[in-house]
Amino acid sequence: MAKRESTLPNMVITLVIITAVAGGSLGLIYQLTKTPIEMSAEERQQAAIQLVVPEFDNDPAEEMYELTSDEGFILKVFPAKKDGELVGAAIETRSHMGFSGDIIIMVGLTPDGTVIDYQVLDHRETPGLGTKMDDWFKPSDKDGSQEGRLLDPLFGISAGDEGGDSRSVIGKNPGDTDMLVEQDGGAIDAITAATITSRAFLHAIEVAYRTYLDRDDAASGATDSGDWE
Amino acid sequence: MKQWTNFSKGFFKENPVFILLLGLCPALGVTSSAINGLGMGLATTFVLVMANMVVSLIKGFIPEKVRIPSFIVVIATFVTIVEMTMQAYAPALFEALGLFIPLIVVNCLVLGRAEAFASKNNLVSSVVDGAGMGLGFAMALTMLGGVRELFGSGQLFGFVLFPEEYGMLVFVLAPGAFIGLGYLIAVLNRLTKA
Repeated sequence: MAKRESTLPNMVITLVIITAVAGGSLGLIYQLTKTPIEMSAEERQQAAIQLVVPEFDNDPAEEMYELTSDEGFILKVFPAKKDGELVGAAIETRSHMGFSGDIIIMVGLTPDGTVIDYQVLDHRETPGLGTKMDDWFKPSDKDGSQEGRLLDPLFGISAGDEGGDSRSVIGKNPGDTDMLVEQDGGAIDAITAATITSRAFLHAIEVAYRTYLDRDDAASGATDSGDWE
Repeated sequence: MKQWTNFSKGFFKENPVFILLLGLCPALGVTSSAINGLGMGLATTFVLVMANMVVSLIKGFIPEKVRIPSFIVVIATFVTIVEMTMQAYAPALFEALGLFIPLIVVNCLVLGRAEAFASKNNLVSSVVDGAGMGLGFAMALTMLGGVRELFGSGQLFGFVLFPEEYGMLVFVLAPGAFIGLGYLIAVLNRLTKA
């Protein structure tokens, strides 16, 4: 097959055809995958809500409302109710203090602000370091990587007896626990070699707590802030 | 027989990472665990096979002077297709690898094979070459990821072998990638050239 001459018209025509075909096929794939991508994002959101709040019988996604934090973040709040009574809220919160890009976390809070559980939804942290936040801040018995070590007897220590509680944020209330890493004078152990990520993670939880409780204050004195809507 | 040589050269004789030292950016960047390395290797394999196939089909149609931009467009298209398809139909895998997929575009291994092999050989040879090189790349990344995961955090494919506190953190960090790769190349050279 003889190569075509590198004349200007030839080159322009070739590049136009190639980019047009590439653009066209990408558009087609985008159309095809758009619905499944949205559906899987919604499923993840639903799964995250169920994981971070106690049992509920309402539809949190239906009753979702938005709150604006002091930093200007829009937080999505999914209230979980059992027999009409508020048992907790799943809050989609974020922090811009991460190592790269925003960290988005679904955190479950009881009505008084105690952390029930959390699920990391999206982040751009360093794989292998910052990504440990998926499990790091949970109690060690829930953390798969902390138990069942094959060679534990060899080293004479029992599984997961280190760190444990000082790492976990679960069951703690940001109102009476300092949600800061130890280096900043707080009460939470940072991820080894990922202090910035840990800082951002705790910041996101603190933002959720602060904004969510503020909402209650605002709601009680909401009569004069109606024009905000 | 010729195709078999064509296929198998990617594993040892011309392994992209250990011998050709191509595509080191993803090889060093994503191999903090064996499973990350394997996933990245397989995604790259797919792009490599598809890009080689298309490039060998359109090679007669592309003027010499614009071949590089044309190849890049072809490669970027397949990478984006992989990214969107994975996000739609394998969200769990996408969650683990999503960060790395766009990096495949700038993997010089893919462009290198398109330029050095697919643009000069026929369809079958190009596809076989892409598959061999891609799987060789995947194998190298899995080995490097396994070594780093084992020494760095005491795990292999997520199975805990010894407590993390006894691991050497440096292996999870960037310098560990260089050290690990250096020793792997040394070991392979000793084995193959003995």
